[in-house]
Amino acid sequence: MTETFLRRVRVAEIERVASRIKRFRLVDAANDRLPDFSAGSHVTVCMRSPDRLIRNPYSLMGCPSDTSSYQISVLNVDNSRGGSQFMHDQVAVGSELEISSPLNLFPPAKLGRKHILVAGGIGITPFIAMTSDLAAHGCDFELHYGVRSEEEGAYCGLLQTTYGERVKVYYQDKGEFIPLERVLGEQPLGTHMYVCGPKPMIDWALKTAKLEGWPDENLHSEQFSAPLPGKPFEVHLAKSGRTITVSGHQSILEALEQNGVDAPYLCRGGACGQCETAVSSCDGPIQHNDHYLTDAEKAGGKKIMICLSRIEGNSITIDL
Amino acid sequence: MLSLRQILLAFQQRHKHMTTIKSRPVYPGLSPDLNARKNVCVCDEAGAEAIVELFASAGGPFAERSLVLLAAETLKTNGRGPVIERLSPAEIEVSPALDAAIVRFREVLSRAAMGLRVYAAGSEPLIGSVIQAAADFGIDHKSIRTEQRGSLKRRVQCVHCKGIIEDVTTSPVRCTHCGLFLFVRDHYSRRLAAFQGVCVDAECPGEIPEIKVLYS
Repeated sequence: MTETFLRRVRVAEIERVASRIKRFRLVDAANDRLPDFSAGSHVTVCMRSPDRLIRNPYSLMGCPSDTSSYQISVLNVDNSRGGSQFMHDQVAVGSELEISSPLNLFPPAKLGRKHILVAGGIGITPFIAMTSDLAAHGCDFELHYGVRSEEEGAYCGLLQTTYGERVKVYYQDKGEFIPLERVLGEQPLGTHMYVCGPKPMIDWALKTAKLEGWPDENLHSEQFSAPLPGKPFEVHLAKSGRTITVSGHQSILEALEQNGVDAPYLCRGGACGQCETAVSSCDGPIQHNDHYLTDAEKAGGKKIMICLSRIEGNSITIDL
Repeated sequence: MLSLRQILLAFQQRHKHMTTIKSRPVYPGLSPDLNARKNVCVCDEAGAEAIVELFASAGGPFAERSLVLLAAETLKTNGRGPVIERLSPAEIEVSPALDAAIVRFREVLSRAAMGLRVYAAGSEPLIGSVIQAAADFGIDHKSIRTEQRGSLKRRVQCVHCKGIIEDVTTSPVRCTHCGLFLFVRDHYSRRLAAFQGVCVDAECPGEIPEIKVLYS
């Protein structure tokens, strides 16, 4: 189902933009125009490493009005499951990859009066497109960008040169932190906040906003998680009667795909809800690693997001 | 033969409290956002009781951070009754009519910052007017906490002449602008803060179904 939407692209340019971050410019392999995208979109990149297929979501940077190429930035994560390391070590200019169609789970609120963008580290990527879009439409925005250090922070200079006072960079090694309480405490009615970065930062930003009396409708966040490793277990498919083993470093979705089962997915990061699957039975607790199901649904144990979550028991039966 | 409109009307009368129309607003009832720095509560006299209950459930300094805009059409003649005392220590402003309260509400919003929470309690036209005005200041309708109290009267827009008819309690209702008899639908416009009224006898002119009080 989803496989048919993949598009072959060629890496046209690679630039190291920070000590552990590379920017990749992708063009259509047949030199066609790429599909339009909106600010905040991401694509899933498929990497065929020698031992397995890796698919990671990456936000599209660059200007949404320029579809001659897509640009993504990849952080080489210490505890990489293979994706970011593959992009850093195996991919060169001229390499071909496959990508999904752009999907937007993090669009700017078009009716917002003002936009506060809060980024941490590699979480800056969706905001590169978003600032470009907001500036083009004459929207009022501020970008507050926290980085570990000058070496680790990507695009700091570029953003500050382009948007001047509207961009504030905070260097953690200099003891600087985003003064979010103060920032949120003095915003006009109709302001929206967007946060992208590591999970603790997202939780902190959303909580700070809530404590400042901001309504949920004005708060937006995006986080793509990688599936956490765990114990191997078995998945029984109720409809087809098949049994598939999920290894310790695989997600249920990846195990299904490896065995030719075409399960639904979009973001593969626990954010979009597309892979929600009904659980018929499970002999142990479910480790819900997604950001989609409500706490009540997680506690109920009747649903699982197969792109991220796994189980602590030995076997689970799902409605596929 | 019954016209489609008449069948719909009969269905509506039989299933007064049910609707399959998605735009028909629902009002979940007031609950306090204890984090907001300022609360603006717009209500009519029936809705004021819901605000009193809101203050009681929130406790603490919630009421002190609140401004109550009370649209009181009859309060003047009755004297400023005990409900106002029970709303203290909130700041209370009484307006003689809904329109005046909404003008005041807009003034408050024009000077407000994030951290403000809006509550609306009372008739549907009041709640709808609050949501409509707040939208002009970038407030999402879902972040306004609402409770319907008192009269079920509706504001209706005649879809033919576009005139707005206030205080509608019956269906069909005669348009006060163009004179057509209108079937009052559950189809609601947030932009207009009004339900849609559609000519009831378009297929069989002159055949007006019995006028029933549905929204008293």
